[in-house]
Amino acid sequence: MEQDFTITAFSENHIGLLNRITIIFTRRHLNIESLTVGESAIEGVHKFTIVVHTTQELVEKVVKQIEKLMEVLKCFYLTEDEVIHQEIALYKVKTEALTLSNKFESLIRNHNARILELTPTYTVIEKTGHKDETTRLFHELDEFGVLQFTRSGRIAITKSDKEHLTAYLKEIDKLMEN
Amino acid sequence: MTEKKTKAKMRITGSEAVIRSLMHENVDTIFGFPGGAIMPVYDALYDFRDKFNHVLVRHEQGAIHAAQGYARVTGKVGTVIVTSGPGATNLTTGLADAMIDSTPLVCISGQVSAALLGSDAFQETDVVGITMPITKWNIQVNAPEEIPDAIAKAYYIASSGRPGPVLIDIAKNAQFGELDYEYTRCNFIRSYRPEPPLEPSAIDAAANIINQAKKPFALIGQGILLGSAEKELQAFLEKADIPAAWTLLGLSALPTSHPLNMGMLGMHGNYAPNIKTNECDVLIAIGMRFDDRVTSDLKKYARQAKMIHLEIDPAEVNKNVKADVAVLGNVKDTLPLLTKKIKSAKHAEWIGEFRECSKVEFEKVIKHAVHPEKKGLTMGEVINLLTEKTNGEAILVTDVGQHQMMGARYFKFNQSRSIVTSGGLGTMGFGIPAALGAKIGRPDRTVIGIVGDGGFQMTMQELGTVYQTGAAVKIVLLNNNYLGMVRQWQELFFDKRYSFTELTNPDFMKLAEGFRIEATKVTERSELNASINKMLEHNGPFLLEVVVEKEGNVFPMVPTGAAVSEMILENKS
Ligand SMILES: Cc1ncc(C[n+]2csc(CCOP(=O)(O)OP(=O)(O)O)c2C)c(N)n1
Ligand SMILES: [Mg+2]
Repeated sequence: MEQDFTITAFSENHIGLLNRITIIFTRRHLNIESLTVGESAIEGVHKFTIVVHTTQELVEKVVKQIEKLMEVLKCFYLTEDEVIHQEIALYKVKTEALTLSNKFESLIRNHNARILELTPTYTVIEKTGHKDETTRLFHELDEFGVLQFTRSGRIAITKSDKEHLTAYLKEIDKLMEN
Repeated sequence: MTEKKTKAKMRITGSEAVIRSLMHENVDTIFGFPGGAIMPVYDALYDFRDKFNHVLVRHEQGAIHAAQGYARVTGKVGTVIVTSGPGATNLTTGLADAMIDSTPLVCISGQVSAALLGSDAFQETDVVGITMPITKWNIQVNAPEEIPDAIAKAYYIASSGRPGPVLIDIAKNAQFGELDYEYTRCNFIRSYRPEPPLEPSAIDAAANIINQAKKPFALIGQGILLGSAEKELQAFLEKADIPAAWTLLGLSALPTSHPLNMGMLGMHGNYAPNIKTNECDVLIAIGMRFDDRVTSDLKKYARQAKMIHLEIDPAEVNKNVKADVAVLGNVKDTLPLLTKKIKSAKHAEWIGEFRECSKVEFEKVIKHAVHPEKKGLTMGEVINLLTEKTNGEAILVTDVGQHQMMGARYFKFNQSRSIVTSGGLGTMGFGIPAALGAKIGRPDRTVIGIVGDGGFQMTMQELGTVYQTGAAVKIVLLNNNYLGMVRQWQELFFDKRYSFTELTNPDFMKLAEGFRIEATKVTERSELNASINKMLEHNGPFLLEVVVEKEGNVFPMVPTGAAVSEMILENKS
């Protein structure tokens, strides 16, 4: 059965690592639904958050291959119910269309969205949420004519009380002492 | 962390740092080919030319295959130096081959100056990008002070854990520039765990299963050779009387004559191990990765058996075959722990079943292959005579095709690390350079390179290197005037439509003469014995061409898509 998985990889920062990671997916003809890269809470350690839609079997194999990469410290995957995740979306809409409508306030309110910038010609709206939520707002704004729409990759935090990376780094420190 | 530190720092060029770093890694042999972007390193090498045996090949593919041959027989890391652009791209086949066959290599390629990177400069190629999926690790070095660390990491990564090829791409400015040189060997990388931690519970679980087995069967892979665990393997097998069979790359991990050695697995392996795979109750895979040439159709592979997988690379566990128990670690460490926990046992009846199958195979296949009644010479009889005359003490190097499978089937081994063949990639052209590298690595041993007429012509220019180095390789060209293995498939699965597989060959004797290599051609059975003697007695390299029957086939065979137990002994059509 195919489902969404959030893959999290922690790595040393090394040029080309993103390329190495994506090769693992392309080789198996696996689409990356979303990808976010940035520095993690630990200095010098980078975090990749990758969303894929696939089977448990394949995600397990892919995670092992990622962890095998020289610069990757730790890689694991989580199912949808094991993570809290969020995406951010920005929408640019004609100001005139909005002001002519009487639905605008309720739209912003119901979607818990906010206005980032308002000019006489366009308005930029921001919404954070799951993909289906940001998509819903997109469809509802569509009647005003969305000039631009952009959505970030997923960021995620695990629900479990086990901190994978910290535990790993502690283990490694022990190894180093030996 | 500091194992071997140089005393005072020296101010030297990046190029000299490359050479000194290689010396720190105890490199004695370099396979290489110079060019513009690596000239500073070659210039530095000139001052140290008495410290290394530099083998000047004729093509960079030859360099890397030779380094593979060297690495496989010595257990050391093979070292290659090439120039940028075409020099580096010519390495790709060898890198892919070494990657899939877990061969430790360090390849150093020159690169254009850092300032020119990305400008499509002369002989600039994105070598790091190209080789990412076919190296265990690679790195671009743009500054001289990065050189010692990159090389230290490269040798550590190439040789530790599951070995593999590493590439270091060094920009020309880094070669010319200076640094304060100091060398520290690497033995730890925070993000790299070469050997997974041992899990005693896995050992216990595996031992439990083995202790209850009535029909255990062990599969031996290259992990035994890579881990130097030959003794540990024997102790394990003998204690519980477990019959075993090797993969193509596991050849020579156990003496051929060992009573528990049941031969080779896989498509052209032996009958008994393939049949018994689907009858055993416990399958113990030791340092092997269930290649599809071994398993054939996975859905029909050993479904009845409990599966125990001893493996150093966690990514191999459950990749192709689900393990009931995975014992992670170097088999050198895990096997003795397991041996301690298993009970002594006898499985005479079960082993007897293997012997019955072997008898069938002997009557139907081996007898005819090795002692043919018909006129034409067979590959089997040549291999058989070669192995008899070298008393199972020679190193077998092969190219790819029918002759490779025949070599693997009929060559006998008394010593470990005696096989060099392109298993995972099946690289035609591997044989001649790999044999050269093997002989350079083990000059004390007889090295026999079996090649086909097709593969011979892919890298035959390395005969020039053979002559220049004087490496006394014995090259046996089994000439069937066909791309034989492909022709066999055309015969069996494509209605005998021989689409572009027949070769009109050059005069191999004239070629040998041109390369100044002693050579003999055999067309009759009556000449074979004396010619092999002549080759083995000759003090130097030798090419023996044997014209074999044109349309011989390799049997038995597991047809693609069939179960291993559906192996066929002969062509029924
Ligand atoms: C580089 C490369 N190209 C193509 C193949 C496909 N192939 C596998 S075996 C074979 C035939 C080899 O012919 P030859 O070297 O004469 O050996 P034979 O099978 O006749 O013993 C071919 C073409 C290959 N393995 N490698
Ligand atoms: Mg041929």
